[in-house]
Amino acid sequence: MSGVRLLVGTRKGAFVLSSDGRRTDWKIDGPFFGGWEMYHMKGSPSDPNRIYASQSSGWFGQLIQRSDDGGATWNPVGNDFQYEGVTGTHQSFDGTPHPWEFERVWHLEPSLDDPDTVYAGIEDAALFKSTDGGSTWEELSGLRGHGSGPSWQPGAGGMCLHTIILDPSDAERMFIAISAAGAFRSDDAGKSWRPINRGLRSGQIPEEEAEVGHCVHHVAQHPSRPETLFMQKHWDVMRSDDGGESWYEVSGNLPTDFGFPIDIHAHEPDTIYVVPITSDEQHFPPEGKLRVYRSRSGGNEWEPLTKGLPHSNCYVNILRDAMSVDRLDDCGIYFGTTGGQVYASSDGGDSWNAIVRDLPAVLSVEAQTLP
Amino acid sequence: MIRVVLPAHLKTLAGVSGEVQLDVVGPVTQRAVIDAIECAYPVLGGTIRDRVTMERRKFVRFFVCGEDWSHEPADTPLPDAVVLGNEPFVVIGAMAGG
Repeated sequence: MSGVRLLVGTRKGAFVLSSDGRRTDWKIDGPFFGGWEMYHMKGSPSDPNRIYASQSSGWFGQLIQRSDDGGATWNPVGNDFQYEGVTGTHQSFDGTPHPWEFERVWHLEPSLDDPDTVYAGIEDAALFKSTDGGSTWEELSGLRGHGSGPSWQPGAGGMCLHTIILDPSDAERMFIAISAAGAFRSDDAGKSWRPINRGLRSGQIPEEEAEVGHCVHHVAQHPSRPETLFMQKHWDVMRSDDGGESWYEVSGNLPTDFGFPIDIHAHEPDTIYVVPITSDEQHFPPEGKLRVYRSRSGGNEWEPLTKGLPHSNCYVNILRDAMSVDRLDDCGIYFGTTGGQVYASSDGGDSWNAIVRDLPAVLSVEAQTLP
Repeated sequence: MIRVVLPAHLKTLAGVSGEVQLDVVGPVTQRAVIDAIECAYPVLGGTIRDRVTMERRKFVRFFVCGEDWSHEPADTPLPDAVVLGNEPFVVIGAMAGG
């Protein structure tokens, strides 16, 4: 029987949760790298035993760990992330120019077909690539250098490149997103980039429909419909049907359209999931009720999913990389909270159970579907 | 031989327990000691000082003979007690956060 492995990054270490295809009994391994912030872990689609993990600390900086045995053992690989060429500046919080400075790796995206190739999204926002299993890293500097870089400004969480999507239908096409610059697309495997933010509207910036400056929280793409993208923005849930050339709002009847994660059902490209959060000033669910909202129509019409989730006194947040889906026939949905719970649904979101309740604050959840 | 005490996280990364002992080439300074640490344990590159600026990471401290040497110039000779191995060069994570 096939199984599922969840790679859970937390504020104080990494955990590997595994189950067979029934997804009723879970084995919890960890903490790995106890005491370190594990912003993200992700396995290679072409070799699920190859997993990359971002390990960082305010004291001791950044490391990248690699496992070649499904997370049982780990080895540090390269941590030398040096911006290419003249570093230049971006905008600081106060609007003054600030030199680009490496802070941490937010997201690791292994290649779809080569386990040794992996991309890293970092703070201060830039995109790096390794083709030797994470030993060495090279910046894809066309992103920072495409023109608008000096005007980028950090969001409250830092100026992070947090989303990397490798288009399964076109090896040359990539999407990335940055808080608070927006979404960008490359059609030449990362050499050159352009902003794709037309249709986004952000009341928190002076020019609401500016080409860059939008606080995109997360973007999701279904592999069977690569031209369609769904975005959870700071406020607003957005959709594009033309590879990001233009966006329109699909927040519809959500109780609030602020939130962080967004994900798509593995087998239904019009079924999407978000977790509404009260506001940018109150990062917890409205009314203290933890509800995942599902749209089966690609947006606009949303239904709350509440069975098995706390109905009161719940004041956690769900961060942008902390939701994932498996690819089993009955699609599993998973998300982790800043309160340390990891919730699972093995029926497309109709009902939920907590796999574990008392981990450190969860930063990321990635599901691997195992043969 | 220079004796070096590493914080727990860095000992775990380096795969060592207790103090480590290092040969330091030339004048024994903070820079020379960190160079020797990174040479002996490449995994610690970037964890004690920034890879680009080579400056001490802001929440890392260096203690020598019961004094905080973190703000001393990197090329200042360390005391004889460290050079002779009577006292360790202590790398420590600063008290900050939880």
